[in-house]
Amino acid sequence: MQAGAATQEHRAIEAVWRIESATLIAGLARIVRDVGLAEELAQDALVVALERWPQSGVPDNPGAWLMTTAKHRAIDLLRRNSTLQRKHQELARELELHGGALEEPQLEGSIEEEVGDDLLCLMFMCCHPVLSAEARVALTLRVLGGLTTGEIARAFMVSETTVAQRIVRAKRTLTETRVPFELPHKQELSARLASVLEVVYLIFNEGYTASAGEQWLRADLCEEALRLGRILAELAAQESEVLGLVALMEIQASRLNARVGPEGEPVLLADQDRSRWDRLLVRRGLAALERAERLGGTLGPYALQAAIAACHARASSAENTDWMRMAALYEALAQIAPSPVVELNRAVAVASAFGPAAGLELLDALGEQPTLRSYHLLPSVRGDLLARLGRFEEAQAELARAAELTNNTQERRLLVARARAWAWEAGHPRRA
Amino acid sequence: MRFMMIMIPNVPDEADWTPRDPEPVAAMSRYNEELTKAGVLLALDGLHPGAKGARLAFSGGRATVTDGPFAEAKEMIGGYWLIQAKSKEEAVEWASRCPAADGDVIEVRQVFEMSDFPPEVQAAVAQ
Repeated sequence: MQAGAATQEHRAIEAVWRIESATLIAGLARIVRDVGLAEELAQDALVVALERWPQSGVPDNPGAWLMTTAKHRAIDLLRRNSTLQRKHQELARELELHGGALEEPQLEGSIEEEVGDDLLCLMFMCCHPVLSAEARVALTLRVLGGLTTGEIARAFMVSETTVAQRIVRAKRTLTETRVPFELPHKQELSARLASVLEVVYLIFNEGYTASAGEQWLRADLCEEALRLGRILAELAAQESEVLGLVALMEIQASRLNARVGPEGEPVLLADQDRSRWDRLLVRRGLAALERAERLGGTLGPYALQAAIAACHARASSAENTDWMRMAALYEALAQIAPSPVVELNRAVAVASAFGPAAGLELLDALGEQPTLRSYHLLPSVRGDLLARLGRFEEAQAELARAAELTNNTQERRLLVARARAWAWEAGHPRRA
Repeated sequence: MRFMMIMIPNVPDEADWTPRDPEPVAAMSRYNEELTKAGVLLALDGLHPGAKGARLAFSGGRATVTDGPFAEAKEMIGGYWLIQAKSKEEAVEWASRCPAADGDVIEVRQVFEMSDFPPEVQAAVAQ
């Protein structure tokens, strides 16, 4: 019983931590000018809370309690630790300049604004381009998501040591390169923002499609990415791409239930039971897209992808999709963010709008690209179009190639099943 | 995971629920804003009093409709928030921050996900 109560207490404190940690670390980082140190101070405060709160109860304002505790730790540490001499001097100077930055500011409005700015700064720091993509992802989940290294390791199917090392190295890199804890200047804002959005979407996609192995869905990662995206959308509401990314993730997440069949097999968008799409998330996604569109200007790659996802979301069935609009959106996307994958999707949209032959023509031009040679979706889509033209034997060969190329066992099963169905069609030609 | 935070306000059902005092309304708006900024709020609504609603009692495949107000009604739902949270404890922590009035009650309930259902029920949903 006693142990159960202690666990209950810990879970309650963990919940406070999840809610408060990012703001706490952001506020501390502004003071100590170092994300790694700020995170350690916040962790120290958590340790104190875990010791004291089970007896004293959770304080009325746990966020402020943690902040005060962490600040006291900071002062202790700076006094004692000579290796932090440089930081100490900088901080002392800072305190002189601002007449005691460690005091709580008084005006509520300005606190809120500062908290928001600090949080945004922290996002930019954790997603700084000096860090590798995987380091950015790990640091973001740890510092902004409040996830433990164990949770991150399980989500990405790597060892805990690997994650811990990634985080330690990332923090060190930020300290060594002396990236200032401030909002990016105007001229670098769009590149820095793109880096943040990339990280959020990487987290989402890791949850949305497992890159390898049996596991198809990890809804927790999707929810975490959505939460980060929504926070960002509140902090940078004037950035159309932020809203675009949120819209894209909300709409994609709305299909989570529909994209897995009873045996855990993936169900392609065209075959999904649309009544299982989450209407709440669809509505939220469409609203975010509308906000992005209302900002004016041309849509960026995320907003365009969201507009494409919205086309699917608004259609009552695959046949009733506005494929003309879809083809136009893909063409716009291909112009600003050209990639073989976009071209592939464009070919699918064109095939649906103007017939399989038109799509096949675009695909054949694509087939020569070396980047696509090992991409399983190319033969898979090609197979589909060939089948629609009644060329079942060629279609079957394409699917066999696709099955060879994919790493996902579920997907392979699906491809093999489809190839088998077409083998039957090939043997039983229908009269035209 | 999703949780619904259901507000059961400490006001008589027959009373007019239309908010008159701007102060508590402003406090509640700040709270809703906090939920939004934390990226956890999915939806919320406030309800008219039960006195203006109706109740349907089912028996033998038939529904009997009773219009409000309901004499025996003590705990009427005043509204709800739908939030995304990682645990029940997180949802409870968010609920505890609500600027609720004395005597108000908030019930925290987890929303069923498809994966909570046994396979045969999932299959029935999918037909």
